[in-house]
Amino acid sequence: MIDLIYLTILFPLIGFLVNGIVGSKIKNEKIIGVIGAGAVGLSFLVSLAALFELIALPEADRSQVITLFTWIKVAGLEVHFAYLVDQLSIVMALIVTGVGFLIHVYSIGYMHGDKGFWKFFAYLNLFIFAMMNLILGDNFLVLFLGWEGVGLCSYLLIGFWYDKDFEKGTVPQAAKKAFIVNRIGDFGFLLGIFLIYMTFGTLNFLDVFAQAETSQVTETTFTFIALFLFIGATGKSAQIPLFVWLPDAMAGPTPVSALIHAATMVTAGVYMVARTSIIFASAPAILMVVAVVGLLTAFFAATIGLVQTDIKKVLAYSTVSQLGYMFLAAGVGAFSAAIFHVMTHAFFKALLFLGAGSVIHSMHDDQDIRNYGGLRKYMPATFATFLIASFAISGLPGLSGFFSKDEILWYSYANGNMFFWVIGALTAVMTAFYMFRLVSLTFFGEERFGKDQHPHESPKVMTIPLIILGVLSVIGGYIGIPEIFSGEHGNVFHNWLLPIFSAAETKLAHTAQHTHTEELILMASSVGAALIAMYLAYYIYTKNRSIADNTASKLKAFYNLLLNKYFIDEVYDATVVNPIKNVSDKFLWKITDAGIIDGIVNGSASIIENISGTVRKLQTGVAQFYAVIMMAGIAVILFWVIISL
Amino acid sequence: MENSQLLSYLLLIPIVGSLLILFFKEEQANLIKYFGFGVSVVIFIVSMIVYFGFDSTTSDFQFKHQILWIENLNISYFVGIDGISLLLVVLTTFITPLTLVSSWSSIKKNIKMFTFFMLLLEAGMIGVFISLDLFLFYIFWEAMLIPMYFIIGVWGGERRIYASIKFFIYTMFGSLLMLVAIIWLAIYASEPLGRFTTNLLELYTVGPDIPHKIQIWMFFAFLLSFSIKVPLFPFHTWLPDAHVQAPTAGSVILAAVLLKMGTYGIIRFCLPLFPQSAVEFAPAISVLAVIGIIYGALVAMVQKDMKKLVAYSSVSHLGFVVLGIFAMTTESLQGAVIQMVNHGLSTGALFLLVGIIYERTHNREIAYYGGIAKLVPWFAFALLFSSLSSIGLPGLNGFIGEFLILLGSFQSTVLDSWWFVIFAATGVIFAAVYMLWMYERVVFGKVTNVKLEDELSDLNLREKLVLLPIFVFIVWIGVYPSTFLSLTEVSTNGILEFVSTHTINLIK
Repeated sequence: MIDLIYLTILFPLIGFLVNGIVGSKIKNEKIIGVIGAGAVGLSFLVSLAALFELIALPEADRSQVITLFTWIKVAGLEVHFAYLVDQLSIVMALIVTGVGFLIHVYSIGYMHGDKGFWKFFAYLNLFIFAMMNLILGDNFLVLFLGWEGVGLCSYLLIGFWYDKDFEKGTVPQAAKKAFIVNRIGDFGFLLGIFLIYMTFGTLNFLDVFAQAETSQVTETTFTFIALFLFIGATGKSAQIPLFVWLPDAMAGPTPVSALIHAATMVTAGVYMVARTSIIFASAPAILMVVAVVGLLTAFFAATIGLVQTDIKKVLAYSTVSQLGYMFLAAGVGAFSAAIFHVMTHAFFKALLFLGAGSVIHSMHDDQDIRNYGGLRKYMPATFATFLIASFAISGLPGLSGFFSKDEILWYSYANGNMFFWVIGALTAVMTAFYMFRLVSLTFFGEERFGKDQHPHESPKVMTIPLIILGVLSVIGGYIGIPEIFSGEHGNVFHNWLLPIFSAAETKLAHTAQHTHTEELILMASSVGAALIAMYLAYYIYTKNRSIADNTASKLKAFYNLLLNKYFIDEVYDATVVNPIKNVSDKFLWKITDAGIIDGIVNGSASIIENISGTVRKLQTGVAQFYAVIMMAGIAVILFWVIISL
Repeated sequence: MENSQLLSYLLLIPIVGSLLILFFKEEQANLIKYFGFGVSVVIFIVSMIVYFGFDSTTSDFQFKHQILWIENLNISYFVGIDGISLLLVVLTTFITPLTLVSSWSSIKKNIKMFTFFMLLLEAGMIGVFISLDLFLFYIFWEAMLIPMYFIIGVWGGERRIYASIKFFIYTMFGSLLMLVAIIWLAIYASEPLGRFTTNLLELYTVGPDIPHKIQIWMFFAFLLSFSIKVPLFPFHTWLPDAHVQAPTAGSVILAAVLLKMGTYGIIRFCLPLFPQSAVEFAPAISVLAVIGIIYGALVAMVQKDMKKLVAYSSVSHLGFVVLGIFAMTTESLQGAVIQMVNHGLSTGALFLLVGIIYERTHNREIAYYGGIAKLVPWFAFALLFSSLSSIGLPGLNGFIGEFLILLGSFQSTVLDSWWFVIFAATGVIFAAVYMLWMYERVVFGKVTNVKLEDELSDLNLREKLVLLPIFVFIVWIGVYPSTFLSLTEVSTNGILEFVSTHTINLIK
């Protein structure tokens, strides 16, 4: 099946083409849904088979390139449509197709009755197609193809309900913002690709990495490459300073938020940094930037998440925050921990979004958690799975999020420093708090929704994916149990990915020895604090909301700052967007182009016209005048001839 | 394929075809339409015969056909092609039939003369791309202005006279300097060559040896003429006027082919005839190209007229092409050549689409529209697809060109700085801004203008069939550009090698 890995890309493409071309003619939603979900399901099965085949192979053979055909060949540049199957790409492929499949199935229920049902599934399949190119591509250019491709699908799907308003603007504005902010990141990514080609003479991963490991490329070059690539990552994975598009991306249908803006696409930046770990490891300064940006993003996004009132907005900021964790992990050189968190986060965050979708569905598209309350008895399956996912993301021991988040926190201290750990742990506490604020306001306490609302559980086609994701959120962590608990087997997940990251880890050479006692103390304190935060949130928002209201009014300025997301959008508008618009309109177009440049062009024409107009007056049409001039001319010539004799 | 007459057929068929049209009666409108289309299809088929007979492993000119014309001056009718000219000839023969069909409903008055001028224009454009004699080249270069002048001036919008005269005089102004340079060059070369001649292949052997001071003047005379045509910033202001006022077919031809004559001229004449000057001034010209990329994009962004927006986007896109040419690496020049075709396809499609919608509403104002995705879904899809091609989405054609240009320019030893690419690449961001912003305002949102519901109807079969071939090539070039890149690789390499052997001591 490794040789047939391109099938994982082909099936979604076929699904896209079928639903895209004839979908509008198919009246039966089930057929469309089965084609869409089936294509992704088949891709998942192929990926799974490839995984088993990979496991059966000796470790040295677990990296295979499947080449289809040449894409671009000019001078020294030779890029193929070729796919790299190895330990890292297969994990990502399974996450994308597995979680993707569940979300496709869920969407059959969620999108039921929508006029664009066929279009929705076509776009979703196109997304999976692009995403698989992104993670399986064996070179930077195919990765970039997928990278921009998922951006396009994100644009199309955010803008799916293109005639609706969204917050202060409209849905299409949110879609456009996502695409453009991503393009700013892609600008950096492209420069990185150019510099890679200039330095290594190739864009193939394996060739570039082999050279990066051994050759005498200067650290300055590596620094620039890593910096450019990381700019790309901040766009796609919504990190400071380019995170602003992700909260707005919530304008899209909720399954889209789950699939693209939580579980898969936004983790592409993490994947890219992990894939190019050797380059980042060769640029320690940028690796530090990655860690700090990740940490700050995690922290600030979590603070915003504390006060949001839109159920999807809370989850959106939570996603930004969790992505920050992943970069923190990568930044301290714990690449496999980053990927591990990509996986567990895909499970529980997809589940949270789908659960939120189930609630929104039941509340007739009301997304304000202040209008919810007490929903647990109306939607037991949604409630139970949502609760599990909330425990998982909050790091309740034993659940998937605990293992991955704890690993990141540990490495942020072991490979980093105490400051990283403290901020990281604070973020974990805030995560626990805002999640249980959300759970309490939605499922517990008094029913605050109107009499016209009749909450009900979603159909099975939606709850079964929830339950499966719930199971994964519980057990998904056990393949990555840290050494401290698993003993001699070590961390299975870590060991599986080790061949991918060993070169980078060797280069970084984190030699500082830390004891298991240290690890246990740190773990216990962060978990303990998170548990307290969970209970506190539950207590405040279920039993005694006045505490929250009082705090908010006491810290009014700070509360408003958070509620308005630190006014980042306003700052960007004032400092970047509006100046560019105004300068382009008033100065470049109206003054420079129409005024100066075209003025010179038309001006020189009219100067000639004026001169001609003046000279024209000589042509009086009076023959006598011409005769006089002629005589005068002859006289002058004669005079001149005589003189020169 | 020595001394084949195939290329001459490519010239003769449209000329004879256009003359035959004069024998039709004006009332036979349908007959004229089909006949004109038929002729253009025959031309396309002949160009395909040329394509399949072309040997892309050599950089020599092929299908040469030479007839001595003015004996005393050794001026001859001399045509021939290499990979670059072939690609542009095929682009011309491909686009012309499509534009003819696209005008079947939009051109209401005097379809006879319109078809006559369109075929004449095609002959002129093909002539420009296949001439191997400077005198002949100049004649085609100028002659082609006449049909275009009439197409804009007769079938254009309200300010068509202003636009057509501006177009004509501006272009003419540059061309006259080129004529002076051509004569000067031939006179200068008559000493080493032993006779006066305008044969390009012979002049190639002389150009690089012209003393620096003289060469610079000749170089700039040629370059100015080409820069106006491209148009390179700041010589671009005729373009928005001409584009906006021209009928759809005129805009499409203008964007798809006419502008390419400028960049083609730079590659064919400026680089190999005056290599030292080209290398010396490459950074300066590239600065203008990069300014054009950003400036064109920013000005496009704030346009209120759809056609004007697309016109300014051309300034931006052609900036990429000029940058690719003057970076003088194989990657960048190959990218520039393929980008010439790409721009023809994507901007051609955009003008067609703006034309299609204008035909229904007689309004090009962006603000007039809104929410039309609901009313005309096929149109919405086609506009999205063309826009994505235009903004260089990987997998479609535009990306291949932009990527190769930027990748090549990044490692150019002639430019020798990252800054060109860093600034140029911001054009990729701005392109997304202006295209998606227009798309958002025109296609997305609610239907705000109720008149649209009556006025608009979706693409009809004829319109779909015009767009389909363009879309096929947009995907083809995006996914498998080798078909086209391999056609020109040897030719572009030949030019670059020629330049570099004469400028070894100039390049670091």
